[in-house]
Amino acid sequence: MLETIAQQPILAALIALVGLGTLFGGLLGFAAEKFKVEGDPIVEQIDELLPQTQCGQCGFPGCKPYAESIANGDAINKCPPGGQATINAIANLLDVPAPELDAEHGEEADVRTVAFIREDECIGCTKCIQACPVDAILGAAKLMHTVIADECTGCDLCVEPCPVDCIDMLPVKETIKDWHWPAPPTTADLIASDRRAQL
Amino acid sequence: MKTWVTPGGVHPPENKHQSLTMPIGTLPLPEKLIIPLSQHIGVPANPCVQIGETVLKGQKIAEASGPLSVPMHAPTSGTVSAIEHRPIAHSSGMLSPCIEITPDGREQWIEHRGIDDFQHASSSALLKTISEAGIAGMGGAGFPTAVKLNAGHQRPINTLIVNATECEPYITADDSAIRERAQEIVQGISILSHILSNPSTILIGIEDNKPEAIAALKPHVEDTGIQVVSFPTKYPSGGEKQLVYILTGQEIPSGKLPADIGMLCVNIGTTFAIKRAVVDGEPLISRVTTMTGDACGINRNYETLIGTPVSHMLANSAFDEKACSRLVMGGPMMGFSLTSAEVPIVKTTNCILAPSFQEIPEDEPAQACIRCGMCAEACPVSLLPQQLFWYSQAKDYERLEAHNLFDCIECGACSYVCPSNIPLVQHYRHSKGEIQKARAEKIKSDHARERFEFHQQRIEQAEKDKEAKRTARREAAEKAKATAANNRETSAPGSAADIIAAAQARAAAKKISPEQQRAKFERSIAGAEMRVSMAEEKLAEADPNRTQEQENILHAAVESARQKLDQARLRLAEHNKAHHGEQVD
Amino acid sequence: MQEFAVILVSSILINNYVLVQFLGLCPFMGVSTKLESAIGMSAATTFVLTLTAMVSYIVDVLVLMPLGLIYLRTIAFILVIAAVVQFTKMFIEKTSPLLYRVLGVFLPLITTNCAVLGVALQNASKDLNFMQSSLYGFGAGAGFSLVLIFFSAMRERLAAADIPAPFEGAAIAMITAGLMSLAFMGFSGLV
Repeated sequence: MLETIAQQPILAALIALVGLGTLFGGLLGFAAEKFKVEGDPIVEQIDELLPQTQCGQCGFPGCKPYAESIANGDAINKCPPGGQATINAIANLLDVPAPELDAEHGEEADVRTVAFIREDECIGCTKCIQACPVDAILGAAKLMHTVIADECTGCDLCVEPCPVDCIDMLPVKETIKDWHWPAPPTTADLIASDRRAQL
Repeated sequence: MKTWVTPGGVHPPENKHQSLTMPIGTLPLPEKLIIPLSQHIGVPANPCVQIGETVLKGQKIAEASGPLSVPMHAPTSGTVSAIEHRPIAHSSGMLSPCIEITPDGREQWIEHRGIDDFQHASSSALLKTISEAGIAGMGGAGFPTAVKLNAGHQRPINTLIVNATECEPYITADDSAIRERAQEIVQGISILSHILSNPSTILIGIEDNKPEAIAALKPHVEDTGIQVVSFPTKYPSGGEKQLVYILTGQEIPSGKLPADIGMLCVNIGTTFAIKRAVVDGEPLISRVTTMTGDACGINRNYETLIGTPVSHMLANSAFDEKACSRLVMGGPMMGFSLTSAEVPIVKTTNCILAPSFQEIPEDEPAQACIRCGMCAEACPVSLLPQQLFWYSQAKDYERLEAHNLFDCIECGACSYVCPSNIPLVQHYRHSKGEIQKARAEKIKSDHARERFEFHQQRIEQAEKDKEAKRTARREAAEKAKATAANNRETSAPGSAADIIAAAQARAAAKKISPEQQRAKFERSIAGAEMRVSMAEEKLAEADPNRTQEQENILHAAVESARQKLDQARLRLAEHNKAHHGEQVD
Repeated sequence: MQEFAVILVSSILINNYVLVQFLGLCPFMGVSTKLESAIGMSAATTFVLTLTAMVSYIVDVLVLMPLGLIYLRTIAFILVIAAVVQFTKMFIEKTSPLLYRVLGVFLPLITTNCAVLGVALQNASKDLNFMQSSLYGFGAGAGFSLVLIFFSAMRERLAAADIPAPFEGAAIAMITAGLMSLAFMGFSGLV
């Protein structure tokens, strides 16, 4: 049979290519079923790196939605609480270049802040309790509200809803326990005598 | 006895002879003693005295707070003059809580006695005594000794190593202590041996640049089973991991403790403190400190009270401030510069170094790394300092951990040999700090994520519950209506729903004639007209205190009343149109 | 046995497909910034190369040569390569989504990697048997992996180093690749 087909070059070429195509198509179709992938685990891995303040400064209603957006190709420099360290970590994970923090979404804070309710002015309206994404505010309707400082992530979401504006964002003081060595001055592109003059 | 050689290491000039010309001296009492509450690894102690209280020498002034803590004792008798934040010897320059005692000069001891026969005391009793005496590792780390010994007590320890290496230049505190107190030191070692259930091997590791100390120990260790092993001098042999390797050839795995391979290391100064605590009942209130450096006229070792300000030591050592390039607490390799001389000596201070400008000149500026590789040759832990440096500069924390950054003992040998004067250890310390910060952040953010997910779950659950209640109520209402319609004849006045349903049913069943209907509409119009006039009257009242908002509210009320009137009139007109042709009774 | 050793040494070192024959430079430059992604890419490419060599040999001997369709070699081999790469892509997506994400567009680009088509066509023109073809394919993959891993390790160190501004990025990478290529020229004439 092969010889007869070999006599007809165009037919032979056609049969060969179509045959090969069908064969491989079939194999791939079978493989596609066998290797089906559900969901997108990369989103979980990106979410692990985000700071979980759920503050919304990136423009998304929480950290998980932003992680999903990054998985779909969104820019990775929209998270101010994460800062440059988070941008570098995500860039390292996805093997993309690490841009500077997008100032449009906010500035990276130098010091961590936690919320503090001035109890004299609190009217017990529970608006801040509903706003807190990590349930860090203790209280109930018509009872005193107070912030559990250890659980507060400094996301700022409680300040707006307060009708009497009694919530302050106070900086957390650095103690001797969480002091770390500062970076030594880097070797700049100077010759030694210039650097000595700088001392 | 066979010894092994660690990789790397350097041989800086020893400079130990300056401070060994005289025996251990004592200083006069300072004006104030400042005792920091945190002189050890772990939780700071809690003060148990008040300001103004009189204390005796050796009296407990701060309790240990928890298992990983040690108590503090008054180094001399006097009055507690302050309990507040003071500058301490810490590289951050931050303040820390301290108890200040003003000595009264009488040096009056508190009642104390030791354990008479420690050989027959239980290990737990001995450990309690050591813990109560406030003993922490005096080689420099300051780990609570009782905790370390307790961990050793739980696990089989076959080798006890006493660290008499003192490898750093200038420091001679342990050397002079051994020369003068060998017998007490050996007693302390036998106490340790008893606590650890008599390990099979007890070694005192000492460098061969201390022949007098070795000679002093030899007569006291005869027939005790304790071996004095001397090995060639090299910096840094005094590190725990290095010493274990030199004496036994065994390596402690990364991230593990000596106890994990059946060994325990104790500084020789600590063994002396243990003897004093157990046999004499004296808490840890003083230690041998070397005062050395060319900027001081007198170089010698002193038995210094804990809490002595450094300035007091300097004042009694013919200190020349102008000749001193910087004040260092510790040795030239691993010590740190002091920003102020008012900081106190603590349990881990083995040396105060006041070098002249010839001894330790000003820092040369760092130049570019020329990749010579001398740092890798010098590293005693066989790390790659050059790679650590480059990755530290590039802030590549993943690669730093892959190159075992946390195994670095910060000995400074690499910085010592670097021809470009790069402060390598500063870079590593900074990177270690950044990595630790990132790990702490990760824990926090994981915790916040958990709380957030629970928060979302809680809200969802609340919604679901509300929905469920709503549907249940609706079903109940419908059921009630249905049963009311069925049981209208036989129903006794039951629930409100029944009554209302009954009334509605009656109203629907009642037939109203068009005449009666028209009368109803006319009545409602009359009512609406009255309400409009009332609203207009209220608005017309001239009230000077009325705000614009109240004004607006009244206008709105008038408007709404008018609208209702219009609606009532409209209903009547429609009714008339519908029943236009009907007969009017 | 000796023949296999010669084939391997030849395809890995002497006639290295990347540094001596200058095929497959696109992924060589593109996926070499991180060591982990380079290792993943080299594993994927080796898999593709070996499988392609085997399957294209079979197609060549069973379909193209009997039917006298040697002129269709290029098209047929591209068909084979595309199918194998698609299969590899599915396999990687399932087993390591991170690698899949990291390789990104370079994974389907293995299809257009001239090294893969080069191996297939060279094998076909050399009249080899099945074992020899597969070995050439595997050797090409091993050689590609060797240089890609070396190159990415060097690029990682370069990324942390003090490069003068005009040389940063692609420039220093090209210079490094050129120097590596010079080094591999030392193997010529070995066998």
